[in-house]
Amino acid sequence: MNVSQEAFQAGILDPERPAPTGLCNPDGAQATKRFDVYRNNVAVSLSDALEAAFPVIRKLVGDQFFRAMAGVYLRKHPPKSPLMMFYGEAMPQFLRRFGPALSLPYLPDIAKLELAMRRAYHAADAQTLDPQALGALAPDALLASRLRLAPAVQVVKSDFPIHAIYLANTVPESPKPVMQPECVLITRAGFDPQVHLIDAAAAKCISALIDGAPLAETLTDETLELGATLALLLGQSAVTDIY
Amino acid sequence: MFDQSHDAPLPALPGVGYKPQHYADIIKDPDPVGWLEIHAENYMGDGGRPIAQLRHLAERFPISVHGVGLSIGSEGDLDPDHLARLKHIDDWLNPASFSEHLAWSTHDSHFLNDLLPLPYTEATLAKVASHISQVQDTLGRQMLLENPSSYLAFAESTYSEPDFLREIVKRTGCGLLLDVNNVFVSATNLKTSPQAYIDAFPVDAVGEIHLGGHDEDEDETGAPLLIDSHGKAIVDPVWALLDYTLARTGPKPLLIEWDNDVPEWGTLADEAKRAARALSGIPA
Repeated sequence: MNVSQEAFQAGILDPERPAPTGLCNPDGAQATKRFDVYRNNVAVSLSDALEAAFPVIRKLVGDQFFRAMAGVYLRKHPPKSPLMMFYGEAMPQFLRRFGPALSLPYLPDIAKLELAMRRAYHAADAQTLDPQALGALAPDALLASRLRLAPAVQVVKSDFPIHAIYLANTVPESPKPVMQPECVLITRAGFDPQVHLIDAAAAKCISALIDGAPLAETLTDETLELGATLALLLGQSAVTDIY
Repeated sequence: MFDQSHDAPLPALPGVGYKPQHYADIIKDPDPVGWLEIHAENYMGDGGRPIAQLRHLAERFPISVHGVGLSIGSEGDLDPDHLARLKHIDDWLNPASFSEHLAWSTHDSHFLNDLLPLPYTEATLAKVASHISQVQDTLGRQMLLENPSSYLAFAESTYSEPDFLREIVKRTGCGLLLDVNNVFVSATNLKTSPQAYIDAFPVDAVGEIHLGGHDEDEDETGAPLLIDSHGKAIVDPVWALLDYTLARTGPKPLLIEWDNDVPEWGTLADEAKRAARALSGIPA
């Protein structure tokens, strides 16, 4: 009996299935527990990867819940690439439909934030623009130009206090989150990504800059504090070029 | 087939599997290990700390790039994107060595993050040999292929593992990475002799040796079932098998692997010192 990799994989991902026929113990008997070694290796290594990717989610739901949830996730969404540093891309969508977690409606956005932090950690290094370059431009020229932001820079918007929840679970003695919408800017001046609370107007502006819009077209919100927003980006080494 | 214009090969000294938590200790250790191994997949991001640390380490140590995700034993084709990522690392790092496993981990675009076994038949031999030739042609270098840990056997196999590996070497010109702990784990699990495996192994092709710790369990009949966990110290019978192996191979680059429950640097450095004694002919 030949064992196809299709049958082997199906057995690995479905603990209810018997081990494929043709896999043997040393005495020639059908392997059972020996096949479970592979099942277990796969489940443990993928659960470990998810724990490493979502430390805040894990803190919010507890170890036991997280482990059980990871077991469901890894069978529904096995990795599509050998780059385990990015495993878990489908977690926000998964959490939106995972019944036992629906009482914590902010979890999907926290997952989005944690995924963005990982991407920022592994993003390409970038040369920082000297802030003088902006000051040297006449106002009209400045408004007509585009800013290139570092590859690590991202914006995550939420109807929930994701910045406060993130801090409360990563920084000791942070204030208790208050239920309100929050937007987060992620930057990486050195090697460690940082989260910054920004208002909705700044989030809109920075998202448009990331998409390559000229500065003039990012000023759609009249509450935008442009000076403070640019100062934040420049201060966090988030701007790499003006063009 | 492939050129040999790469940097100097790994030295016949102990090396360790690099873990980021040991970075500062490795840099300041007054009696440094001979070389470091990295898992290729952990350095496939675009930048940031992992790449910066690797660049810095590569200025001080010979680096061995060890792939854990290429799935050379796949029934299907190699993932061209993944092969391109390996080529990219190989190009900028120009490591002393590249190695991968006789195993598969990807099927139908799902990656299972484990080294899964394959039967040893004419069909799998042809497939594995063609994958290895593709890797060597892409990277422009010889690669080393590592023997796996086995927990079970395939009824359909027609080759012993050493014969299968010897035939792959003959067809592709690749070298072999002999994992002595894997030999011990497989022989215990399959009730064969680890010494007989070493006796049958094509030692002329060995370019590197791996050593690591394993866990102990039992199967449903009460027979010992060893798990290749890389989460413990190396046990004495594996050190003894290393002595037996070195008597056949002579000194080789010798890696200490410790990937789970990673200890303080000192514990790992002590294992490397024991490996150094074994390499100089003092029984480990």
